[in-house]
This record gives sequence, C-alpha cells and structure tokens, in this order.
Amino acid sequence: MTEIVYLLLDGFYVAFQPLNLALIVLGCAAGLFIGAMPGLGSVNGVAILLPLTYLVPPTGAIIFLAALYYGAMYGGAISSVMLGIPGASTAVATTFDGRPLAKMGMADKALTAAAVASFAGGTISVILFTMAAPPLAHIALVFGDPEEFALMMLAFATFIGLGGDDIAKTIFSICIGLVLAAVGFDTVSGEPRLVFFDITNFMDGVKFLVLAIGIYGIGEMLWTIEENTRAGGASQLSKATVSLKRTIANLRELVRSWKTMVMGSVLGYVVGILPAAGATPGSLMAYGIGKQISKDPDSFGKGNVEGVIAPEAANNAASTGSMLPMLTLGIPGSPTTAILLGGMVLWGLEPGPRLFSDEPSFVWGLIASLYVANFFAVVLNIAFIPAFIWVLKLPFTLLAPIIFVLCLVGGYAPTQSMYDVWLMLLFGIVGYLMRKLDYPLAPAVLAIVLGPLAERALRQSLLISGGELSIFVDPVNRPYAAFIMYAALVLLFLPLFMMIRRRLTSGKAASTEPS
Amino acid sequence: MTKHKAISLGMAMAGAAALSMTTGLGSALAADWKPAKPVEFVVMAGKGGGADKAVRYMQGVIAEEKLGPTITPVNKAGGSGAVALNYLKGKKGDNHTIMFTLNSFYTTPLRQPKLGVNIENFTPIMRMAEDTFCLWVNTARKDGNNIKSVDDFVKAAKAAGDKWIMAGTGKNSEDNLLTDFLNSAYGLKMKYVPYKGGGKVAKQLAGNNADSTVNNPSEQEGFYKAGNTRPLACFTDKRIPLFPDAPTFKEIGKDFVYYMQRTVVGTPGMSADAQKYYNDLFTKVFNSKKWQAYRKKKALQGDPLAGDDLMKYWKRERDVHKAMLKKMGAIK
Repeated sequence: MTEIVYLLLDGFYVAFQPLNLALIVLGCAAGLFIGAMPGLGSVNGVAILLPLTYLVPPTGAIIFLAALYYGAMYGGAISSVMLGIPGASTAVATTFDGRPLAKMGMADKALTAAAVASFAGGTISVILFTMAAPPLAHIALVFGDPEEFALMMLAFATFIGLGGDDIAKTIFSICIGLVLAAVGFDTVSGEPRLVFFDITNFMDGVKFLVLAIGIYGIGEMLWTIEENTRAGGASQLSKATVSLKRTIANLRELVRSWKTMVMGSVLGYVVGILPAAGATPGSLMAYGIGKQISKDPDSFGKGNVEGVIAPEAANNAASTGSMLPMLTLGIPGSPTTAILLGGMVLWGLEPGPRLFSDEPSFVWGLIASLYVANFFAVVLNIAFIPAFIWVLKLPFTLLAPIIFVLCLVGGYAPTQSMYDVWLMLLFGIVGYLMRKLDYPLAPAVLAIVLGPLAERALRQSLLISGGELSIFVDPVNRPYAAFIMYAALVLLFLPLFMMIRRRLTSGKAASTEPS
Repeated sequence: MTKHKAISLGMAMAGAAALSMTTGLGSALAADWKPAKPVEFVVMAGKGGGADKAVRYMQGVIAEEKLGPTITPVNKAGGSGAVALNYLKGKKGDNHTIMFTLNSFYTTPLRQPKLGVNIENFTPIMRMAEDTFCLWVNTARKDGNNIKSVDDFVKAAKAAGDKWIMAGTGKNSEDNLLTDFLNSAYGLKMKYVPYKGGGKVAKQLAGNNADSTVNNPSEQEGFYKAGNTRPLACFTDKRIPLFPDAPTFKEIGKDFVYYMQRTVVGTPGMSADAQKYYNDLFTKVFNSKKWQAYRKKKALQGDPLAGDDLMKYWKRERDVHKAMLKKMGAIK
C-alpha cells in the first residue's frame, strides 16, 4: 500500500510538470468541445488529434489524449441535455431525464448534475484503479463469450419498463432496433445480411450515431417545429435561467444523491473493465439500477435529476475502467482506447502485462493526470454552463437551422459518406412519426447498441458449448456467467414483483377510500 | 488428403514467390506530380486493428520525417473489405486517394462477385510487408496439460475432438483457412469460432476461453512476452527471429507457408505520374529506420514490391486464394 502511495506521488510529480499540466487543460477543453458536438465523440477526437502527439514526449501525449477522452465524456452530456441529441452512444441514457429537465427550464440543474456526477465517477474510478489494477485485470482476462452474453442480459433486464406503459409499442420499438442492428456483415457466418436493394453501404451496417441523431435530432426538431407552429410562432427551445444562487442551490441538492453517484461510479468502472463494450452498457445499466433504487422511480424519464447522475457517473467511471485492460492486457475496452493503444505503440511503448513494471513513470503519470484532468474538467464544465444556457435562450427560429446543420455534419463527419446522411434524414422522419404515434424511442436505440453485442456473444457461446444453453448457468465451470445471469433474472422479475405489491397496497388504499 | 496437397502446393508456391521476387522500386528521380491537397489513406478495416495501426504508424513516419503530404486515414470497415473496395472503385482516376490492403483484397471480390470489383483495375503502389502466422496455445491451460510442441498439440486436440476451440478473426478468413489446413493435415476436428479482431482472439486464448489461435505475432506479442501464450510453429519459410524455438511447419514435415500482404494500392485509373510519386514516397517510408524497426518488432517479412511485379503477385495470390476458397466450399 505504501508503495502505491509513493508511486502515485511520483505520478503527480510527472502530471504537474508545466508541459503536462498545460496538456491536461488543453485536452479537457478540446474534449469538452468535441463531446458537445452531436456526432463527434471521444473516438473522433482522439483519432483526429493523435498526429499532434508526435510533437510531445509519450507521457505528455497519453496525458493529453486521456484528458481529451475525459473531457469528451463530460461534453457528451451537454448536447444530450440541451438538444436531446446524444453526442455519443455513451450519453444516450443522459437524454432520458436530461432533456425533460431542460424543457422544464432546469437545464442548469441537469448540466450541473452531469458535471458533478462525472467528477464523482471519474474520481471514484481512478481511486479504484489505483488500488486494484492487477486483480481486476485478471477478471477482464477470464471474461469470455458466455460472461459477455450474461452481462448484456443484465443490461437488458435493468431496462425493463423503460419504454413506458404500452408494452406492445415498446416491443415494436425494440424490434425495429434489433432489425437495424442485424444489417451488415454477420461475424459468425461471414455472410452479408439485410443488404437492401444490393446497396453495398448496407454491408457496413447501420451505425448507432446515424440512428440516434436521426430520431433524436432531426425527428425531435420536426416535432418541435410542429408544436411551435401550433402554439403560434417563434419561441425559445426551452425556458432557461442560470445564476450563482441557483448553481449553489443545485450543488447542495446534489449532495443528497450521493448514493446514486457511488452506485453509478462503481458499476460503470466494473463494466468498463470488461472488454465487452466500454461505457455505453455501463451507463445504460446505471440508469436502470438508479431507477430501481430511487425513492421516486415513477418520475424517471420525466425529469428526475438522479436519472442524469447515474449514467453520467457511470460513463466517466467506465472510461477509466476501459483503460485498465488496454494498459495491462493490451486489449482495448472501447473503440477510443483502441486508438490510444495504436498511439502507444507508435510512441514506442509496449502495452501489455509488463507495462506496469517496465514503464512505471508512464503508468503512474497517466493515473495521476487522470485525477488532475477530472478536476479541470469539472471546473471548466461548470464555468461554461452560463454560455450553454445562453445558447438555449436564442430564438427558436435561429436555433433550429443551426441544430439541423449540426445534425447533418454530425452524421457526415465520422464516416465522410453521404449514405449515412440520407439514412439519418430517413430515420428523422421515422422518429417524427414514432413520436406522433406515441411510440417510445429509447428502446430502439438501446437495442441497436446492445443487440449486436448480445447476438455475437450468444452465438459464439453456443458454438463453443455445442448448442447447450447450460453454459450460461453453470456455476462450476463458468461462475461469473452464472452469477451475472442469476442477477439478470432477479432484476427481470423484480419490477413485476414490485408492481404486484404496489397493486396490492394501492388496492387496499382504494378499498378504504372509494373514488 | 487431396485437399491438403492442393492447399499446401498453393501455399508453397506463394511462399516461394515471396522469397524469389526481386523488387521493382521506383526510381530515385523526383516525380513531376505532387499532391495538391491532403491524401486520403483508406484502411480496409476498423479502427485499432493491425492494418489501422500500421497506417497510423506510417502516417506518423511521413509527418515526423517530413517525407510527403498530410495523410488522413479513413476507416472503411465492414463487409470484409467490401465497403472499402467499393469506395476505391468509385474514386476512379482520383490521384489523392490510396488504400492499405490485406488478403481480403483477393478473397472478398471472389466471394462477392456482385461487387463488380476487378483488382486488376487498381493501381499497384507498394507492398510494405507480409505478415506472418503462428500456431499459439496457452502456457497455463485449465486442464494442466503443458503443450510444448505440435505433437503435444495434435495429441491434445485429437483427444478433445470438436470440444477443441480454435479462435480466429472472421469467417472464411485467413485464420479460417489455416484452421482448415490444420484439421485436414493432422486429422483433427477443431471447432473454429470467429471473432471480430486479432486482439479479441488473443485475449480468448490468454483467458483460456479458447484452446488455440493462429494469430499474427503482433496480435499475440503482449501475452507472449508476459509468458501467457506460446508459439508452437509458424507458417513461414524460415524461423521468425523473435521466436527462435518455434519451428516452421516445413521443418516438421507439413509444407505449409502462408503470408498476409500489407500493401498500398491506388485508385483505378490513377495517373502514371501520381503512381510514381507514391512509389517514391513509400520507398522512403519503407527505408526509414522507424518502419524497419516496426517490421522487426511485429515480425513482418516480405521485400518491397511495386509496379508490374506487384500486379503479377496479386494475380498469382488471387489464383491461390480462389483454389483455397473452392476447397473450403466458400465459393463454387
């Protein structure tokens, strides 16, 4: 333990070198901006700025990129809250409650909550990282396909009831997501599937961002335009105010949600370590569990600040977690860490089981810089909130075209292909129609993120087991898979049990108090 | 048995060709044509994979040593390269787009004739390396069986039958071809389970979720250095200097050599001046200390190959792969 403290102090010495400190601040600011743009996430930011890192020594380079990664995680929440468009898949869950809060004129509250929760998530996960890197790396290693599938089932199970009351419409929405997720090349059989009209681009699959920006961005805009026209002309996108007094009151209120923050952080960190998918399932699961443990679960999805806290704590914690398998195993836990890994090889470092012993000043400098980056990111983020609120106050007639342009750029930028833009516009119309007919959108988005991961893990597991489903519930040979699967089943039936109990108690109340 | 013979003949041919090929490097004279804007470097695979790493590495070398223009890597993953091939085909005559290819350059157009891609239309620029393949096992297996040689491997895999899991990248891919070879050459029934990338495959083995892999050394390197995984033998002509104790399959009586090209290719109808420019550029990259160090570290082999020689190599490799895919039943 004392050894870790010494190593960490050495790390802080590295992080506080003037050049490195400047890189941290620069990285956070750049990340915040990139994350806030719909369509651009940490993956694009890190990929675009990777060449710049040849100008500085390797430790400075990774510190810069890690700060950028962090900043983007903070920034992703901004467009989720303000525009209802998730800037990246990691910020999807943030829209569920962040957007309603903004509509109620509490955008500042949601943004403050997102920033503080991100800080908590980042800090708690770095502490966990500092204390227990090697044993957790071992868990990441033994995690195979059955375990991944069980984890995906857990993620789906935490989401039961997310869609609202109309179960048939929820199932329909999930099915749309699953079908879109199935488009493209099938890893297991190696054959193209659902390539409509023989358009080769469909072989590439339907990307999450195209769907998310389409139905949330374009669809939501169309819907808002219609509502505004009906209401008799131009107004603001949402009522929003901000003041120091309000911010302090918001911060005070956040302290009460510390349990949700800790839950989201620990969960996000653990899920982030597992080399399945990085921060997206982590944040979705945290949202689901946050709802289950909340004192007021019914207000989730309608503007409960805990619905912002849980996923935001989790996605930052997961971004720290996904660095662990990258550093110790040389396996990226997320697409962004995959690019970081490429960078490390370029700088002449050898990520893998021996990195901690071969390059201590690099590793501990990075860990220390994560502490520092967290601090700067939260300060920058809260400082910028008035600016974001100011944007929201612009007249809708001015803001709407800007958002449309941002959506189009966001759809085009990651792949530089017009095919994605056309597809996105199509999804925009579909999203608008779904809203109009009162279909829930979140289940479709959830299905397109988790569907392919679950499908692949399921099929690979069944290939390994020769078709035996028992591979998922075998506590002797596959203890992790069995444990997670049982947890998923419990979570699946818990809401049902709660619902029955609530029915019973409300039934009693109704009988004493006739309506 | 006939299957094995046919495949090994093809493989030996490819290997011999790789060795005996003399190089057609571009002349040292400066080309007249120069890029007027940043050059798009298409990667036939996703971010973070082996090809992507190599492209970003070359981008770094070109930027750092100021060898040429700004290079912008663009990932066109998906469809085992179908998306990338189609993209490049559509950029006919574009002098500012080049692509980094693998062996799916041959197999994908063969398996998907609908794409209408004829690789003979593309402009050959330069083969930067050939990647190698080895057979890997875990050093600390769950059953305690310490597999140290191909003989041990065959014994264990035979006993396990179809419970023996071979993890590899993609279906009907290079790894799949090699697994089929091992199964028929040694009378095994190993089950091939496809994953999305070499890194994932390496992890399955290191975590004892798979029994063996046929990964590239660069993909398995980290776990090898940590002592988690061990190469038993390699599909090369000569032993790989990084693994002096692992014999070649040739040495142990199975004449099977297989490489994966890492080649820069230009758009169809690229102007001759532009082709010459890129030829010179990548000759400089090839000869740079950094690229040579990268090759050594990643156990990459293969001489540089350009122009007509590269085209001849492509045609020959395509025939070899066609024969192999037919044997596998992947094409008619």
